[in-house]
Amino acid sequence: MTIDNPNYAYPARSTKRRGINLEKAGWIFMRVSGVVLIVLIFGHLFYNLMWTPGGIQAIDFGFVGGKFANPFWQWYDVIMLWLAIIHGSNGVRTIVNDYVHNKTVRGVLLWAILLAGAVLIVLGTLITFTFDPCPTGASAELLPSFCADL
Amino acid sequence: MRVSTSTSNLADETPKPSKNRIVGTLYRGNEGMWSWVLHRITGIAIYFFLLVHVLDTATVRISPEVYNAIIGAYKNPIMGLGEIALVGAVVLHALNGIRIILVDMFPAVTRVQRQLFWGVVGISLVLIIAFSIRHIPNVFGAH
Repeated sequence: MTIDNPNYAYPARSTKRRGINLEKAGWIFMRVSGVVLIVLIFGHLFYNLMWTPGGIQAIDFGFVGGKFANPFWQWYDVIMLWLAIIHGSNGVRTIVNDYVHNKTVRGVLLWAILLAGAVLIVLGTLITFTFDPCPTGASAELLPSFCADL
Repeated sequence: MRVSTSTSNLADETPKPSKNRIVGTLYRGNEGMWSWVLHRITGIAIYFFLLVHVLDTATVRISPEVYNAIIGAYKNPIMGLGEIALVGAVVLHALNGIRIILVDMFPAVTRVQRQLFWGVVGISLVLIIAFSIRHIPNVFGAH
């Protein structure tokens, strides 16, 4: 049984539309960012929870301060932040579009997803690059070891 | 006219009726549907963890004491087991994502998408066990 003339009323994209196909760009972005995120997040989990002696128990201000003092980890974490938030927000947007049929509720949820993502990207990026690993007045045993040399 | 209820037998000439077929309106699906369900559930779970995780890391900007108190919540044994669930969700989502990309890019892979799903489950289990062997002593160990 074949369909000779699929006269579908709702094509994926109207032939009348011109310009950038945002949904197609989003589709490609999910795949490209997904592959990059696998490398970044597997590396993040392996370094923080498996490679570092003590794993989860060793994560404290000194550990994070030591990482954020290094431009490599700053860029690593910021790229991971942007890709993960955009990838996750677009995924949740797809799910909201699938299941929320009430136009008002859907609008509120989509704006909430956009707002939450934008706030976290701005917050995370600012903190990563304005972070001071050796704040004045903090007790030395809570800080990364290199703070003692300053 | 016979209509096949199976959606994953593209490789077969004639779809074989499933042994555990039930009559009714409940669509129970095959590996393809369950991988889709799993991808959505793990995706939503990771998304909400990500929101919290950016905020807890943001407290490094307040003070060392506040950050250490917040991150301490991740060090109790219940959260430690939750971290295994989180890593499991990430691994399943990541490997199933590769499967989706392969199926989209290479039409021939559609014929083995079912086997690839079980490959995803198998490799995920191996990675989760490898992580747990390293992680569980850290969670319950003296520190």
